[in-house]
Amino acid sequence: MKNLLILGAGTAGTMMANHLRSKLKKDQWNISIVDQYKTHYYQPGFLFLPFDIYTEDQVKKDGKKFIPKGVNYIQKKIEQIFPDENKVQLEDETLNYDLLIIATGSKIAPEETEGMKGKNWHKNVFDFYTYEGALALRNKLREFKGGKMIVHFTEMPIKCPVAPLEFVFLADDYFTKKGIREKVDLTYVTPLGGAFTKPKATAALGHLLSEKNIKVVTDFAIEKVDNETNQIVDYGGQIVDFDLLVTVPTNMGDELIARSGMGDDLNFVPTNHHTLQSIDHENVFVIGDATNVPASKAGSVAHFASETLTDNILLYLDGKPLKQEFDGHANCFIETGKNKALLIDFNYTQEPVEGTFPIPGIGPLKLLKESIFNHWGKLAFRWIYWNMLLKGISIPLVSRNMSTKGKKI
Amino acid sequence: MEAVVAGQKLNLTEEGYLTDFSQWTKEIGNEIAKQEGIEMTDRHWEVIKWLQVQVQADKALSVRGIKNSGVLDIKEFYALFPGGPLKVSTKIAGVPKPKSCI
Repeated sequence: MKNLLILGAGTAGTMMANHLRSKLKKDQWNISIVDQYKTHYYQPGFLFLPFDIYTEDQVKKDGKKFIPKGVNYIQKKIEQIFPDENKVQLEDETLNYDLLIIATGSKIAPEETEGMKGKNWHKNVFDFYTYEGALALRNKLREFKGGKMIVHFTEMPIKCPVAPLEFVFLADDYFTKKGIREKVDLTYVTPLGGAFTKPKATAALGHLLSEKNIKVVTDFAIEKVDNETNQIVDYGGQIVDFDLLVTVPTNMGDELIARSGMGDDLNFVPTNHHTLQSIDHENVFVIGDATNVPASKAGSVAHFASETLTDNILLYLDGKPLKQEFDGHANCFIETGKNKALLIDFNYTQEPVEGTFPIPGIGPLKLLKESIFNHWGKLAFRWIYWNMLLKGISIPLVSRNMSTKGKKI
Repeated sequence: MEAVVAGQKLNLTEEGYLTDFSQWTKEIGNEIAKQEGIEMTDRHWEVIKWLQVQVQADKALSVRGIKNSGVLDIKEFYALFPGGPLKVSTKIAGVPKPKSCI
């Protein structure tokens, strides 16, 4: 018997377990998946939790439900990978592997910024990228009567790069519905040159922020959060005051990657952009947020990548050349408030453009344009996530590689 | 769009960033620096070289990343490339400035 080991039972790891169990012969391959946590979170739901749009129960389920029969689910802490010895050390045992899939994701690292995880953490400085942060922020927003609110992100790359923008749009809508919008001074603070950074998106959407009376501060490279004065300070001397700071801290790969000496400065694993094989070890493959590939860190990307990776693992086991196939395809709904959303569909080289999706010329979804239908799509996605995506079921009409049909390029 | 910089025909973004790093030369970097009001020194070039190596190795650029670079500290980075140092230095280096997906 040979051993295939998957590290991480999040979106990407769970999908790979489902894909591969049905493809690899049970009398030849053991498949094990390791994750110390019991709960599988629907992370896109963390955007809705603070605004009381979703409840706690809608964003979490028991992870075990999604691991297929015939896969050994090990709930233990992973201490270290020894890629030269084909071994992984867990808290109380060592596993040998013939093929390893790293799907350990990324997480926030607020300690990377001075003062961010200080005495006001989850008091008036919040993240919404963790279940705990989103929930604490929900409780804060329920009581918030007005003042200066900043929505900020620290640096790229972050998981779901559009989430801070969506958050500020939903905040505008939330305070409007509560009847206190005029009492909230809403500012979006970005390290980049603008709220939108791609030409087509800037042209199509640049008006959204001013229309909603959201101020924008650009090129803000945060140096520290000052917990005495309630200010964020940038290296160039810019200062922004806040009563409530909602921030996306630096995102990093798991510490396991650093302990194992397999990552870059941010603990992301160097990975071939098109095959998803690790650069340093031929029997190690990497998927999802754990890679350093220049695609968005998003569930849709992991979904498209999982189809290519499944094929490539089978090719690798047959001793055949890998497909240079993965194109960084991402497909994301972007909430803009007032029950509307945008949809974007793009890859490594093609920026988001206007068009129709998934059926060229028909839709029913519109790319890079606000519509109520797109908002329904975003809400429907939760069902698709739990019932199709995690199980490795392809989404009808949406191929793994980005299609240029129906797009105004 | 196409433009002529330091006597060479180049493909640039609307904001003046090179779209193809293989077209970059030191003369082009110098010319862009002049347009940004920067007189290049050996120290500037050291930083530019470091940025280019980072980008070629698929590493994300950030001001915070400079702190761990071992090449220079953030204060010097701002002193060398005033007013949005990452924005300015990447333009001179012929590499894309940090972007989001939209």
